[in-house]
Amino acid sequence: MPRLLARPRSAGPLFIAPFMVLFLLLFLAPLGYAAYLSLFQEKLVGGTSFVGLENYLTAVKDPQLREGVVRVATFFVIQVPVMLLLALLFALALDSGLLRLSRVIRLGIFVPYAVPSVVATLMWGYLYGPDFGPFAQLSDKLSLPAPHFLTDSWMLGSLANIVTWEFVGYNMIILYAALRTIPQDLYEAAALDGAGAWRIAWSIKLPALRPALTLTLLFSVIGSFQLFNEPNLLMKIVPDVIDSAYTANLYAYTLAFTSQQINYAAAVSFLLGLLIVIISYAFLLTANRRRPA
Amino acid sequence: MPRNNVSSSAISRRLLLTAAGAASLGAALTACGGGGSDSGSSSSKPVSQADIDKAMKTPTELTFWTWVPEIAQEIALFEKKYPAIKVKAVNAGQGTPQYTKLRTALKAGSGAPDMVQIEFQAIPTFTITDSLLDLRPYGASALKSQFVDWTWSQVSGSDGEVWAVPQDTGPMGMLYRQDIFDKHGIEVPKTWDEFAEAARKLHKADPEVYLTNLAANQVAAWHGLLWQAGAKPYVTSGKSDIAISVDDAVSKKLGAFWGGLAQEGVIGVEPDFTDSWYAALNKGKYATWLVGAWGPAFLSGSAKDTAGKWRAAPMPQWDAAKPSAGNWGGSTTAVIRSTKNPIAAAEFAKFLNSDPESAKMFATKQFFFPATKALLADASFSGATPAFYGGQKVNQVFADVSAQVDPAFQWPPFLDQVATDWTETVGRSLARKTDTVTALGGWQTRITTFAKSQGFTVKAAP
Repeated sequence: MPRLLARPRSAGPLFIAPFMVLFLLLFLAPLGYAAYLSLFQEKLVGGTSFVGLENYLTAVKDPQLREGVVRVATFFVIQVPVMLLLALLFALALDSGLLRLSRVIRLGIFVPYAVPSVVATLMWGYLYGPDFGPFAQLSDKLSLPAPHFLTDSWMLGSLANIVTWEFVGYNMIILYAALRTIPQDLYEAAALDGAGAWRIAWSIKLPALRPALTLTLLFSVIGSFQLFNEPNLLMKIVPDVIDSAYTANLYAYTLAFTSQQINYAAAVSFLLGLLIVIISYAFLLTANRRRPA
Repeated sequence: MPRNNVSSSAISRRLLLTAAGAASLGAALTACGGGGSDSGSSSSKPVSQADIDKAMKTPTELTFWTWVPEIAQEIALFEKKYPAIKVKAVNAGQGTPQYTKLRTALKAGSGAPDMVQIEFQAIPTFTITDSLLDLRPYGASALKSQFVDWTWSQVSGSDGEVWAVPQDTGPMGMLYRQDIFDKHGIEVPKTWDEFAEAARKLHKADPEVYLTNLAANQVAAWHGLLWQAGAKPYVTSGKSDIAISVDDAVSKKLGAFWGGLAQEGVIGVEPDFTDSWYAALNKGKYATWLVGAWGPAFLSGSAKDTAGKWRAAPMPQWDAAKPSAGNWGGSTTAVIRSTKNPIAAAEFAKFLNSDPESAKMFATKQFFFPATKALLADASFSGATPAFYGGQKVNQVFADVSAQVDPAFQWPPFLDQVATDWTETVGRSLARKTDTVTALGGWQTRITTFAKSQGFTVKAAP
């Protein structure tokens, strides 16, 4: 590494120029435009007027937005620990080298991630079906009451199940890759000291996994707070359980494309983005503090 | 919602509907590409025949957004008559997804098509933003007598503008299962009272079966029922005045009737056009489907297991002495105001839907329910005896109903919002078996608040 740093730096900007151009055009420009839009209000009758931060003030007080945010926060608290714990267990099991057919299993756990979330949701929506879904049919055959996967009280759990099914494999691959980078000599040293498999997992693997776990946690914060596809599709099946403001992201979409309040939608999206940045940053900060010096 | 287009296979349609819902944001954004067009000309002065002749001989390429399957055959007729003009058909989604893309393209100022397929109920949503071209200067008024009266009033503006040319329609009737009716000794209900009695009787005789399903997500069906009952829920005057009365006496009558049946648990209230709903129709969970005239062809494609068991009848009536009908679905061809070739685009809209050969093709190839008087009276259309309906002259039933549709029904200039609000108030009350009449008040409040926030002056119902 030191040799690379010692090279002349004049070529650097040239190499990152393509990235910077794309970054400006595809990320910063739309972001700036959205910020600009969020300062106006356009009405069907009466046209556009500058309103300053009024849209943001409305959004902060908007009960529908608040409910959506609380709902995705609840979702995050339920779903993410389950998903990451499963991913961790799978990764450790695969890494232990004790599993037969570990390649097949690895691929099997990863495959749901390759299924587009739209398709996955449609599939689970069918499986959850209260009339003709397989679970309902099975309980009917066994003369048991049909499970209510798509009711108010079950919906967050049902959504969590879909998202977990989709992303366990993805997180597992990240954790598994991190495990593979642990130097073998650490294991040998530990084994010489008399450590068993559990002790190695606890004292060597888990601490080494911390950066990867932080990364997966960050991705999960972003994913949870942007929850959109799954509720948007299930809304078609149970419109009385999932409304157009069920998650904050869905609400922003509804505002823009159903209510034609693009300016307000831009403000809501901005606030949501800000919230995600704050939460992500808070997680990073605590993760870094806990790291042994 | 749009349910007027009949594709040959139920599965492809199901995919289409779900995929359309999924396309969401990404799809809306992709609509931003494409050729630009910003110069709009819409003087109300008639265009001279010489100008028209010249335009129709000038090499031109037009873009047409439509979800009609295999529309190339109708377009070919137009291109044969006007060889200089090429029409590119683009499927930008069916109904709402297409409108969302169109709005985005219009807002972006580029990428909008020259012509667009648009449903009757969505026209005011686009005229409020000045997006459609008045077709009067291009001679569209002359077509009026060819079309069923109520379809023409649906495409006409308050100052007599012609915003679109009707393509197909959906006067509502009742499709019912003859075998289920026979098994339980149920007569075809002529009035809504008889309908309610039949619903109770049937569900009592077989708890697995319901007389019908009133979808808790289908505001279009509700509007069709309102229309039949004589309601005038939205009355606009000028550009910014609107009277909203979705909880007046007529609406409350409907709310009490349907909400009551839902609370008794003798009708189904599941969302339509879902896997579960298709399965329910195939397996005989519902003995009737109250639907627009596009329903018969659609059903024969998506409930194949039940072929031969269905029949059609007019809708039950509130007053049997004065039969009336509502409409659900059907669409038109409109010209986008920003087109650079208004003459050719307007000629296309006219030709596509009024040329006898082209109009007939819609009825025979795509199984659209016609909007022209000539086709409705055409024995080869109304006399068809499909085996799916046991050889009944189904088209004739709906052709008779079409004459009973009230031409005065109007749509709000923000239909998407109205639809979402309905699902979350009235639809929800049906699904949850809570008080539908109360929910109507919630719907009224939500629409009124929205209208005011959008700068409309909300007036008392006339």
